[in-house]
Amino acid sequence: MRERAFSVTNLPGFATIAVAVFVLLYLPIVTLVVYSFNAGSSPSVWQGFSLHWYALAWANDQVKDAGIVSLIVAGFAATISTVVATMAALGTTRQKAFRGQTLIYVMINQPLMVPEIVTAVALLIVFAVVRQWTGYSGLGYLILAHSAFCIPFAYLPIRARLESMDLTLETAAADLYASRWQAFRRVTLPLLAPAIAAGAMLAFVISLDDVVITEFVKAPGQDTLPTYMLGQLRRAMNPDVNAISTILLGVTLVLLSLFYLMTRKRD
Amino acid sequence: MTENAAIEARNVSKHFGQGDGVVRALDDVSVAIRQGEFFTLLGPSGCGKTTLLRMIAGFESPTSGEIRLNGEPITHLPPNKRPVNTVFQSYALFPHLSVAQNIAFGLEMLGKPRAEIDARVQKMLALVRLEQLAGRKVSQMSGGQQQRVALARALAPQPKVLLLDEPLSALDLKLRKEMQSELKRLQRETGITFIFVTHDQEEALTMSDRIAVMSAGRIQQMGTPREIYTQPVNRFVAGFIGETNFLSAEVRDGQATLPGGITLPVRARNGQTTLAVRPELMRIVAAGTPAALPATVADAVYFGTDSHVHARLADGAEVVVRVQSGADGASIPAAGSAVGLAIAPGALQVLED
Repeated sequence: MRERAFSVTNLPGFATIAVAVFVLLYLPIVTLVVYSFNAGSSPSVWQGFSLHWYALAWANDQVKDAGIVSLIVAGFAATISTVVATMAALGTTRQKAFRGQTLIYVMINQPLMVPEIVTAVALLIVFAVVRQWTGYSGLGYLILAHSAFCIPFAYLPIRARLESMDLTLETAAADLYASRWQAFRRVTLPLLAPAIAAGAMLAFVISLDDVVITEFVKAPGQDTLPTYMLGQLRRAMNPDVNAISTILLGVTLVLLSLFYLMTRKRD
Repeated sequence: MTENAAIEARNVSKHFGQGDGVVRALDDVSVAIRQGEFFTLLGPSGCGKTTLLRMIAGFESPTSGEIRLNGEPITHLPPNKRPVNTVFQSYALFPHLSVAQNIAFGLEMLGKPRAEIDARVQKMLALVRLEQLAGRKVSQMSGGQQQRVALARALAPQPKVLLLDEPLSALDLKLRKEMQSELKRLQRETGITFIFVTHDQEEALTMSDRIAVMSAGRIQQMGTPREIYTQPVNRFVAGFIGETNFLSAEVRDGQATLPGGITLPVRARNGQTTLAVRPELMRIVAAGTPAALPATVADAVYFGTDSHVHARLADGAEVVVRVQSGADGASIPAAGSAVGLAIAPGALQVLED
């Protein structure tokens, strides 16, 4: 008789644990989405379907302002970090392995490893000094901070794509009379475009979602949607926060789905 | 001869690494490849043939020596400034472009006018018989079709020399045979000098005008397929191209004494030497026949068109004799029987080492 090959799915209790984990992951989100359509204001009693809270959030100028700040910051941060990440990815893959390469990978991905609160405090201190010198107190600080921690998220998909790309293609372009710039423009960049778009979307989502660093770096009146919601929660439980969260969730899901479609292997 | 050379390498060496760990990928190689020639660099992997090809293309530069194209030194020109195109082993087709766009790439980079490019692409598509697939993405094509696109792309800018880096190695046997004659046809029709790199000796023999057999970074022998096959200069060439029997011999005054005591005339210096003889140039005769090597049959393997008879000589060395299968079912001597091996006149080759 053949023995069954070892598989983690055959361990006792596997199904129970798997279901429990999924419930834990998704039940709160489902509850949030469902109650954002609740007609009443109670977070625990269902009083019928309504778009009341969406209307309320839409009419709220503070929500609108925070939304606009969020989009501006995420837009700039995604653009800046993607450009930087693309250059970094080209610099770390389009040549023979060199000494200190691993160190450079680690340094580029540093924001993924350093506790966010440490980065937040560090930025708070540095920007306070800069603010005193320059007197500037606009959105630039938030954009700069977000660009920095978005770089690794944009870098990873771009680097992955470059590493799987056949270097011979650039050699072939050079063989066919393309200068280095033409080879990049006509061959490397078009092949890299999906990964660049994917990196930008990932960076956008990460920026949109950030609370900790934003909370430390923002000047008064520079609330993004997440920090605005945090402020609301400090006062009272308000279902319009549910509505905003659901919208954020929707935006994130759409962008991440696009990210998935763009990075999955094509034949 | 060097005046009308399409490509000439002069004392080219390529070293990797330094000090004791230095690897000589190419060791003082000189070769002149004629206009319009189908020239093959043949050798096992690591023999330096691909390094030499990459140097002609401009992807690598020699440690010392010079490369000339039509007499002009091109040693330090970047690849995009050399009128030389390459067909890569992996084809390296641009996956985001269509067949026609791939073929047009080189012409566009040269800044040719659109009308000229379109006409040339049409001509190339016809040349490789892919007119129907001009708009197809290259990823949707078979290996053989991709091969044709790679050829058309490299030929489109009308290079002075076409370099082919083991282009057939990824194809299955049937397709490979087809592409071999296709390549010969393309070379005839375009008149372009082809430099072809392969480790497949049969491919080299059937396609080339001339072959350079390479090993350990050096050219061991250069000549026509017939010269290389019938007159190999050393043990490596004799062993790498086709099957060969090596016989040890003692030479004195133009007479070689072979195992078993028989003597045959050879053109060699006095002393101990190694002679080579092809399996098809020996014949099995009755034991005791004058001037035939005495041998004992060890084994026979039937191949259809012929049989390979393995026989042991008086000094213990094993040789292979190829016996054509006749209509009458030519008799193969049984294992253990004593026979004589007659060597065809002029079949003995004296090797340098």
